[in-house]
Amino acid sequence: MSSPAIEAIDLVKRFGDTVAVDGVSFTVPAGSVLGVLGPNGAGKTTTVRMLTTMSRPTSGTGRVAGHDIIKEPEAVRRSMGLTSQVATVDELLTARENIRLSGRFAGLSNAQVRRVGDELLERFSLTEAADRTAKTYSGGMRRRLDLAVSLVATPPVLFLDEPTTGLDPRSRTDLWDVLRGLVADGTTLLLTTQYLEEADQLADDIIVIDRGRIIAQGTPTQLKDATGRASVVLTVTSAEDMPAAEAAVRRVTSEIHLDPAGRRLTARARGLADMLAIGEAVSASGVAIDDLGLQRPSLDDVFLHLTGHRAEDDEASSEPTLEEATR
Amino acid sequence: MNHESSTRTPTIQHDHAGFARETLKPPSFLAACMLVVKRNLIHIRRMPELLMDVTIQPVMFVLLFAFVFGASIDVPGSGYREFLVPGIMAQTMVFSSFIVAMGLVSDLEKGFVDRLKSLPIHRSAILVGRSISSLIHSSIGITVMALTGLAIGWRLHNGVVDAVLGFVLYLVIGFAMIWVGILVGSTFHSVEGVQGFMFTLIFPLTFLANTFAPTERMPDALRFLAEWNPVSALTQGARELWGNGPPAAPDAAYQLQHPVLFTFAWALLITAVVAPLSVRAFRRRSRD
Repeated sequence: MSSPAIEAIDLVKRFGDTVAVDGVSFTVPAGSVLGVLGPNGAGKTTTVRMLTTMSRPTSGTGRVAGHDIIKEPEAVRRSMGLTSQVATVDELLTARENIRLSGRFAGLSNAQVRRVGDELLERFSLTEAADRTAKTYSGGMRRRLDLAVSLVATPPVLFLDEPTTGLDPRSRTDLWDVLRGLVADGTTLLLTTQYLEEADQLADDIIVIDRGRIIAQGTPTQLKDATGRASVVLTVTSAEDMPAAEAAVRRVTSEIHLDPAGRRLTARARGLADMLAIGEAVSASGVAIDDLGLQRPSLDDVFLHLTGHRAEDDEASSEPTLEEATR
Repeated sequence: MNHESSTRTPTIQHDHAGFARETLKPPSFLAACMLVVKRNLIHIRRMPELLMDVTIQPVMFVLLFAFVFGASIDVPGSGYREFLVPGIMAQTMVFSSFIVAMGLVSDLEKGFVDRLKSLPIHRSAILVGRSISSLIHSSIGITVMALTGLAIGWRLHNGVVDAVLGFVLYLVIGFAMIWVGILVGSTFHSVEGVQGFMFTLIFPLTFLANTFAPTERMPDALRFLAEWNPVSALTQGARELWGNGPPAAPDAAYQLQHPVLFTFAWALLITAVVAPLSVRAFRRRSRD
């Protein structure tokens, strides 16, 4: 395979005394999806802004589609699309005009921009609203338009900074489908998110950033396994069978949590083998069960395990957000 | 959705739009500037109230001053209405800095500058485009006022060359004021901040001058300030070129004896001082 689509090489960014990004390095193979996970103020946006030439690194560098972000910013901008955290659609222009304007800036001819524009409007379900000013759009429509605008020159590398923040669940899953389609077409994706489920759904690899540093990386499964906290959840048919079920499970593992009201029994397990053993033990004891399943830790658990705090309740963090840091 | 295939082709980009993206050539600097201008003009078309500051407001000023104060302000030579029109035009031109600053701060805050920065065009296209559209904006104001002036008795008395030179004076000051607008727009973080600052700057600058009343009867200190005000040089220059007022009094400030020359000098000085500052402020603001 050719060189990676995105490379970060020891990126550092300081705003005055604050170190927003503190030596971040990673590579994203062409055609894959990297999820950058972390709470507000962790340095996700600043990392994206450096890689997309929007902000100059204090030190370190990076490459996008093989082009150095410091020495060849023009070439980088020609190879990538960016959807920022804050929507950048022009509210007084229509969807068609927004797409047209960016397309012309990217070097498309009038005829090309018309053709691509129609296709993008269709793909993002904006055809009906195409000639209304973006001011009248819902949050989800604005997001979709923002993404459409970023795609006008079919960039091989796409950066998405919290693409679904503030969207309702339906719009979010719709957007995920669109992103999967782009990846199927060969686009390399880097997306930052605070939503662990989102990274889990879309990313091939994940890096977890906290306070400007990478604190973990791997596939979603690797990260979950690293916490070693899979569990087997067993639901018995009748609450009276709980003690019998507990006795059966205890033959496999001793760490058991009982939830009598839910007729549920949760046991710490190392993996699938433990679940099968528990199934056999319970079956041998003759207890009737409604459900048996293996529960891998969520990325929420992973984050808690790695940082000691939850991913989304970081409002009180001492780290300033990018916006605060630049004022 | 429109996938031609679902197989992964990591290094070859799909040509689904009918063009090879490798052949895309970003527009020239000038073409990029004109795209920004076009976009700004669409804004005016969508929100015609943006033009109020160069249409209804100056016309109101002309009418108020001409008919409410006009009778009690005594101007030697030509009548007050002829005297007034070049003054209000000067005020409108100074306001072009306000228009630039408002447009720029909203482009910065609403992400338009960010969007442009992610595209393969030179960042200063946004400044040049903003400046051109603001000059168009102000020129609409000058035209509206010229028509209003003609309706109430203002005339150009000295032939075509002087008439044109008079309008050139306004454009030259308008150009200098654009840099002031870029500096203010890159410094403040909200439309409200720009508004507050610009009103406190522009009102004294345009009233403490010979725009609406002759300076001769002002108290000495005030008269000194008013007569050395760049806006006074512009107004006096246009009045002399267009035959709308007498030459400055023999005891008036030196610049009013040579107003055309001094207007050019002021434009040059303001541009030389403010342009580097404003480019630096804009770059700093849009860099991180």
